[in-house]
Amino acid sequence: MSIDLANQVITGLLTGLVYSLLALGLSVIFGVVRVVNFAHGEMTALAMYGSWALATAFDLDPLVGLPLVVAVMFAAGYALQRGLVDGFVDKPEHMQFIVMVSLGIIMVNGSLLAFGPDAHGIQVPYGFDTYEVGPLLIDKVRLLAAAAALVISLMLMAFFRLTLTGKAIRACADNLVGARVIGLDVKRLYAVTFGIGAACVGAAGALLSMLIDVMPSTGPELTLLSFIIVIVGGLGSMGGALLGGMLIGVSEVLAGYFMMPSMKSMFSFAILILVLVLRPQGLLGARR
Amino acid sequence: MTGSPAPSLNRRDFPSLNRRDFIVAGAVGAAALGMGPAAGRARAAEPLKVGLLLPLSGLLAREGQSCKRGADVTPALLADLGMPVQLMIADTETNLDTARTRAEKLIADGAQVLIGAFESAQTLAVAQVCEQRGVPLVINIAAAPNITEQGFKTVFRNFPTAPRLVGEGLSLMKDLFAASGVTPSKAVFMHNNDTFGSAMAGAVGKVFPTLDMPFAIAETISYDGAARDLAVEVGKAKATGADLLILVAHGEDSIKVIREMVKQRFEPKAIVSPGSPGMYEVQFYKTLGKYSDYSMTNLPWINPKSKMSQALLAAFAKAYPDALFEMNVGYTFEAILIAADAARRAGSPDAPALLAVLPATNITDHVMIGGAITFDAKGQNNNTRSAAIQNFGGKPKVVLPAEAAEAKPVFPVPGWQQRG
Repeated sequence: MSIDLANQVITGLLTGLVYSLLALGLSVIFGVVRVVNFAHGEMTALAMYGSWALATAFDLDPLVGLPLVVAVMFAAGYALQRGLVDGFVDKPEHMQFIVMVSLGIIMVNGSLLAFGPDAHGIQVPYGFDTYEVGPLLIDKVRLLAAAAALVISLMLMAFFRLTLTGKAIRACADNLVGARVIGLDVKRLYAVTFGIGAACVGAAGALLSMLIDVMPSTGPELTLLSFIIVIVGGLGSMGGALLGGMLIGVSEVLAGYFMMPSMKSMFSFAILILVLVLRPQGLLGARR
Repeated sequence: MTGSPAPSLNRRDFPSLNRRDFIVAGAVGAAALGMGPAAGRARAAEPLKVGLLLPLSGLLAREGQSCKRGADVTPALLADLGMPVQLMIADTETNLDTARTRAEKLIADGAQVLIGAFESAQTLAVAQVCEQRGVPLVINIAAAPNITEQGFKTVFRNFPTAPRLVGEGLSLMKDLFAASGVTPSKAVFMHNNDTFGSAMAGAVGKVFPTLDMPFAIAETISYDGAARDLAVEVGKAKATGADLLILVAHGEDSIKVIREMVKQRFEPKAIVSPGSPGMYEVQFYKTLGKYSDYSMTNLPWINPKSKMSQALLAAFAKAYPDALFEMNVGYTFEAILIAADAARRAGSPDAPALLAVLPATNITDHVMIGGAITFDAKGQNNNTRSAAIQNFGGKPKVVLPAEAAEAKPVFPVPGWQQRG
């Protein structure tokens, strides 16, 4: 493998890790609440705007502002579940779809009104820095964003495996009737789950704001990207989301490198179709 | 070779002209146009209703806003010359369908001439509307050659076609190599895959082999300007080993390309655009800081020696003290000037009267470098001329041709890490 190609694969891998965190939020919400969040990318764009606003108003590095964005997004997700989504959990899927898509449209147009149509980017002081590892050049911003995404993803997995609340949420996902029988407060746990999914979105948004500019049209693009990742990885599978993100990140790079760069997004869709045909449940998804 | 502290093209360095000076300059221009007292008597009493279509939002919002700033200061200047205009501004939202419907609405609302629309595909859509409705379209900026190859009778373009832009842009590169005594061995060509970028790429493909250029194009890389990042595109360009990057981009993607070049330490001898926007825009300087320096663009530019340019510059500086005076401003001003001049010569602002006199346009005193503004049978002005501009300290300066140069060209450019 040439050095240039190796550099590109690393770039794809690092970017893919941030994508993974983004998709993880979608996967968590669907895996437990069984509602597909069609406003996922739009929520991410709002988190990116939040990160940008903190950087602009208070000169706050997105990594430093991340906990605040995560906290706000958790609260917003919790409130959204209790106030709106909860009423549609037992409704037909097309009703859930309409509600979430409507929410996304409101977010896009709201951000258009609030921030205008222009792209907003954050310039961190180390924005142009790279690490030299032998002949390899590693983008500092991508490395930091990917490392943060990986740590947050692992913390999330640990939360679901090691804490009582996490185990209770998994119980709701595995056997809803059983969870109710043993007295779990399902509504509250659903709200916590939606909050956690939104917090993932907040973290991913804060990290993405270091890598790409945000504009109102960013939201729908990220929704699509999230869906590609979770479908490839397996809807509802946390490990699948991680794998899917890295796979899409690297595949886009390889497609751009070996074919026309303008075809790289098309390549993601090709993988999606391939997975749907050969393994509809996704790479790490469970067959239902 | 290093840049010398030559006089700047920036608006602050121009002598300030007041309205009286502008009227005198305009009178000279009017005399040159054959618009003496008789023409003055024949001028339309009512203002010409100009429908201005620009991408004020969306992907090309920056460029559209830049054009709008030029338009905003124009009515007062033209009123002083006895050419009253009333602007009706519409946003195309960088969207083809919106451009078409807004054009229809402007005409329905009474616009007697349309001006626009910056982006080639949208301009073509507007041209079709104008042709159907018998309303003249004066194109401020749009380079796709097919716009004036459709046999339209209502379209007049005061902007070079992509092949002309590219031909002059590449020729200026040869002048650059001759001036510096250094010639690159191979180039990589990166271009946005939108209508403008594709037209420019087509033009490079056609024109390059005819110009006996001293380097080969190792690879052509087409990219999606709306891509989240351009890391792989730049990585691919770097892998070619090219020592010259020819870039056709818009504002947003030119920033993404340079950002990745710095990160990936891709350091060709120069980054040259053969006539695309992006690398001389305020946001480019703001976002990239020292990394914006030395990038070159070969394109039509403002003539610093024109009295009209100086007056426009003074008005622009007063209205927008923090904005950059650049090509978009100049061409938008000239497009409105062309329409207003036609209304005055026709003695009527009505569309049929404008269409009757627009082919005979002959404006010798204007703001951009080049000869008189005239139109051929296809409605194309072939007298535009390109200059090479290079960025120094966050400002564009003319470096070629030598007779208009404000600074000496820097080639090869310093590496990313060698910049203060």
